[in-house]
Amino acid sequence: MGEIYTVAIIGSGPAGLSAAARAAALGLSHVLLEKTDHLSDTIYKYQKGKHVMATPANLVLRSDIDFEAGKREVILGLWDEQIAGHKVHVKYHAEARAIRGTGDAIPGSVQQLVTRARDGTKSVRDIQRHAPPYAIELANGETVMAQNVILAIGTQGNPNRMRCPGADLPHVQYQLDDPAEYVDEHIVIVGTGDAGIENARGLAEDPAQRNTVSILNRGTEFPTAKDANVKALMADHEAGKLMIRTESETASIEPGFITLTTRDGELRIPCDRIIARIGSAPPRAFVEECGIEFSSEDRSAFPKLSPVFESTAPGIFVIGALAGYPLIKHCMNQGHDVIEFINGNTELKPADEPIIAAKFASLPGNRSTGEWLEFLRTNVSILNGMNPLQMREFMLDSEARFFGPSEVIFERNAPGSSLFGIASGSVAVEVNPADPSITIPIEAGSIFGEVGLISGRRRGATIRAAEDTIVVEISRLAALKLQSQVPTAKAAIQRISIERQLLQMFGSGLKREDVAALVEAARVEEKRAGEVVVAEGADDKDVFIIRRGSMIVEKAIGERPVFLSYLPAGSYFGEMAVIDGSLRTATVKAAIKSEVIRLPGEGFLALLEKNPALREKAMKDMAGRRATNAFIESRKDSFGGAVDLYSETAQFLVDNGIGEATDVLLIDEKLCIGCDNCEKACADSHDGLTRLDREAGRTYAHLHVPTSCRHCEHPHCMADCPPNAIKRGPDGEVFIDDTCIGCGNCQRNCPYGVIRMDAKPPKKPSLLQWMLFGRGPGPGEASYNWRKKAAAKDGTPKAKQAIKCDMCSGIDGGPACVRACPTGAAIRVSPDKFLTFTKLTEDAE
Amino acid sequence: MMATKAAQTKGGTGRFTQDEKRRDSDHVSFLKHRGFRWLWIALALSAASIAGYVLIDQEPRPNGGTWYGYTLGTIGFGLILWLSLLGVRKRRINPGAWSLKAWTSAHVYLGLSLAVVGTLHTGFQMGWNVHTLAYVLMLLVIVTGIYGVVVYATLPASLSSNRKEMTRAQMLDALTAIDRQLESAAQPLGRAEADLVIAALAQDVFYGGPLARLTGRYPGCATSRALKRMGGNSEETARVGSLLERRRDQLAQIRGALRIRAMLEIWLFIHIPLTIALIAALTAHVISVFYYW
Ligand SMILES: Cc1cc2nc3c(=O)[nH]c(=O)nc-3n(C[C@H](O)[C@H](O)[C@H](O)COP(=O)(O)OP(=O)(O)OC[C@H]3O[C@@H](n4cnc5c(N)ncnc54)[C@H](O)[C@@H]3O)c2cc1C
Ligand code: HEM
Ligand code: SF4
Ligand code: SF4
Repeated sequence: MGEIYTVAIIGSGPAGLSAAARAAALGLSHVLLEKTDHLSDTIYKYQKGKHVMATPANLVLRSDIDFEAGKREVILGLWDEQIAGHKVHVKYHAEARAIRGTGDAIPGSVQQLVTRARDGTKSVRDIQRHAPPYAIELANGETVMAQNVILAIGTQGNPNRMRCPGADLPHVQYQLDDPAEYVDEHIVIVGTGDAGIENARGLAEDPAQRNTVSILNRGTEFPTAKDANVKALMADHEAGKLMIRTESETASIEPGFITLTTRDGELRIPCDRIIARIGSAPPRAFVEECGIEFSSEDRSAFPKLSPVFESTAPGIFVIGALAGYPLIKHCMNQGHDVIEFINGNTELKPADEPIIAAKFASLPGNRSTGEWLEFLRTNVSILNGMNPLQMREFMLDSEARFFGPSEVIFERNAPGSSLFGIASGSVAVEVNPADPSITIPIEAGSIFGEVGLISGRRRGATIRAAEDTIVVEISRLAALKLQSQVPTAKAAIQRISIERQLLQMFGSGLKREDVAALVEAARVEEKRAGEVVVAEGADDKDVFIIRRGSMIVEKAIGERPVFLSYLPAGSYFGEMAVIDGSLRTATVKAAIKSEVIRLPGEGFLALLEKNPALREKAMKDMAGRRATNAFIESRKDSFGGAVDLYSETAQFLVDNGIGEATDVLLIDEKLCIGCDNCEKACADSHDGLTRLDREAGRTYAHLHVPTSCRHCEHPHCMADCPPNAIKRGPDGEVFIDDTCIGCGNCQRNCPYGVIRMDAKPPKKPSLLQWMLFGRGPGPGEASYNWRKKAAAKDGTPKAKQAIKCDMCSGIDGGPACVRACPTGAAIRVSPDKFLTFTKLTEDAE
Repeated sequence: MMATKAAQTKGGTGRFTQDEKRRDSDHVSFLKHRGFRWLWIALALSAASIAGYVLIDQEPRPNGGTWYGYTLGTIGFGLILWLSLLGVRKRRINPGAWSLKAWTSAHVYLGLSLAVVGTLHTGFQMGWNVHTLAYVLMLLVIVTGIYGVVVYATLPASLSSNRKEMTRAQMLDALTAIDRQLESAAQPLGRAEADLVIAALAQDVFYGGPLARLTGRYPGCATSRALKRMGGNSEETARVGSLLERRRDQLAQIRGALRIRAMLEIWLFIHIPLTIALIAALTAHVISVFYYW
């Protein structure tokens, strides 16, 4: 079986490379296993010439390999050189398929493997862990033995494979690097997501390549792809550039041919190459098979690790993106550190120590970083379940703050999606905006701010420190991570948030004891977009609170559903039927994916009974709703057309993502003269690049939703940004800061296609110079050619970064697009204010 | 960071209040801006000027030379300079918390009241001189402005309906797509028919002079010609025929967009140069008045 290495490092990304170089420098016996035939495949696959960025700037690099911001090619070249220079033992084409302990069974160490089938059923399998040395089985059948294993395989995973007969033939491929490479071929693309569509279009783009390209679609729609991509694909199909084969699946593959099952039976067509883009499986299953436990079943969860990166399988370490650190610098530092730990260096302080120390510098009380972390962990109850490594990582995305007595922590109506934990002291919540002297205390150990975190909406009350208070402000991202890592924290946040939501909504002097029974009985339910929560005419009797997302209320009037109103997160509904015992008078359904809290009707009634003031408030709300419904119903008879228009326009807006917007640009095309002054003003207010495309986007009844950021309550774009460059600003705007590394994840994640990747152009000559002497390109975004030329003259090449609307934050007067519209066609509105009868039906002219 | 910054900027008159007002806004046109605020101001200005003209005893007779005439002249001159500044305002959105819609609203109504102020300033004395030239230029600018307001108020809806959710680039792409199909579909055709298709394809999308653009009539359109003359009833010619129809419809959409936009913009090509001429004439008028009067 050959040599038993001290360490085997799997994966040669920045994390693995750095570990291998350190091992080589220390003279440890080691091997670096890499699946492909080159180092660092993730970076290798970046777009040619990509400017790789070295963030965070304040983190020192601790590695035997160099890294600084620069072109992809330069960095990869340097790494190749240095890895050779360090005499690192690299084994290419070495894909690890399984890792097994070959020592004795470790008593009591059993890994439970949960597999979920497509139909939702679960099966559980137990794996007995065995002690090192580990046998690493490679795809080519070889086995590598090692005492310690470092997993640094990143998060790319493996592409999903085709399963039909012939799927393992060499002309079936899962990637397309350069579409220009193929000529005169019959090519079949399998998969109708964005990747498949882009590949198909790329191959058919240039008629001179004479490729016959077809793309298979199991159904007739393209639900997983971006709208713009689908449209472009359809256009290519129309134009005869390529062929979309709908309702077709592969039955079998043979050299030169592919057989499809179609609606009209089997079809055998010539085919020289198959490109399958059917998604990729995250590496989690493989990792779990190695005996490594994840922190939860959540899809975003990471492996459970000790402070020295050791997983639940003794001797297997996990670092890099797979461990939850997606930035190159972090990866490289961890590669260095993990080898030091394995080599017995227990004194080593993590490289991010100074960053974390700085976070505690301004707090009173002389504590070391470790003591502060422990102080927060033990005092804030939701942090109790974390280990020291998790605390460190957690702290990178969080802030510790000190507030003196009656200092404001946040104010009512301020935007904010962070969560606060009270480590010492206490705070007072001003529950009544009219009278700040009425407050409710929240004690040390507890949390606040959870409503903003969950609903994405503005703060509901002003909160001040009641005494000297130390809080930890947990960013939305860190809070989400925390909830996926520590299930008890998730449960605690959920319980507190329900309680607070009840107290806040029903106000009027309720106490925690009053709602305790209701909180106990409450259930949180998730609703798909369009799912009906309450059906008109039904006689169920529960009350609902919208926890996140939004709902629309409809009523069937003469067969057709009529839109009655829009309910944002934080509203409640379903109380009418409970209070007066009637059948449901209207249908309530989710406008977007939402979460509701279901409260049993009796519990709600009991609460009303005990609280006359609350009862009065509920009756008043109810009367208001009744009045709106009656108003619209009465209109139905006299102006049926207006009510239909209203319903249809409201539905159109909801279909176009307005249900999750906080601030959205709309254009009334009864007023828009097409002068594009809005776009020009946008470009001139933001580094010369416009962040809105006026013409693109959908239109209904002359109301146009242009391609421009909606500042979503829960921004999809934030989901997967390695440097966390996307944030919500003080005025509620979602913006991207300068730490963006240009990876393009946000562009892919935004369902509305509003993010563009571009380099800041140099400054234009002034308006005066243009008006008097015609110098420069004039107002608005300069043409691509002008920008390219000016940038070339300017010298320093600028990196492409993600740019999007920032709601003109910091600009006096607010959004320039709206201010620059000469006719009043452009407006930016919030859905809960705009989706009303008068706003949607009143003629603007 | 997050919390503290928010706390500082909040308060009754901060950006939040401003934003909330905006988010609650209605789509009200520049004409109706703030309940016709500038219309009322303009009417008041006109009424006051007329009242003054009628009531004040101007010696020897009402004209630009009396103190009242000077007053009207100064107001008019000031107004004209201010009205011209719209051209700069439109292109320079920062700094300042103002809206172009409010400016346009004020521009339109105050510009109209200028007709009253200016006319009274002349005291109805005309002649073949630089003074009357300035007056006529002013009237022309105003008349073109009125045309502008009329098209701004009436055409946008048809621009939107014509567009059918397509951008200009998409319209051109759609045409290119049809053309590519036409090209291959025309291969089997006979010489005469093929030539018709080739002529249609060769013609520039933007063919046609300003008149064609404004009227939407393109008598020399090679696509219509090809459609008219396309003979034969084979499968091939039928296919080419239907593609030509699609091409004609696509062209009609593009030309419709061009036509409406031309009508929305053409007046500015008079309004702006005349404004410049007006300012020149006005300068001459003012200088000559101070020299010779
Ligand atoms: C488009 C894009 C741009 C980015 N830009 C930047 C940037 O500018 N700056 C920045 O700091 N970060 C950037 N990132 C993030 C960064 O590239 C990754 O987070 C980082 O590469 C992760 O490093 P890693 O070592 O953990 O894993 P990876 O770099 O993903 O490396 C994993 C390696 O393991 C190999 N491997 C996988 N499975 C096996 C197996 N079973 N057996 C053997 N080998 C295996 C793979 O082939 C690969 O070489 C970007 C990411 C993307 C997608
Ligand atoms: C002597 C008086 C006037 C002067 C000097 C004047 C001058 C101008 C100027 C310089 C512009 C800017 C055009 C551009 O840069 O695009 C403009 C625009 C405009 N003017 Fe006038 N104008 C006058 C009277 C009027 C009147 C009376 C009306 C209407 C009744 C009017 C309606 C408009 C409109 C609608 C615009 C276009 C605004 C826009 O699209 O942004 N103007 N005018
Ligand atoms: S960029 Fe897209 S996902 Fe992000 S807030 Fe704007 S619209 Fe929402
Ligand atoms: S802002 Fe977008 S492109 Fe920039 S780093 Fe974040 S996800 Fe990547």
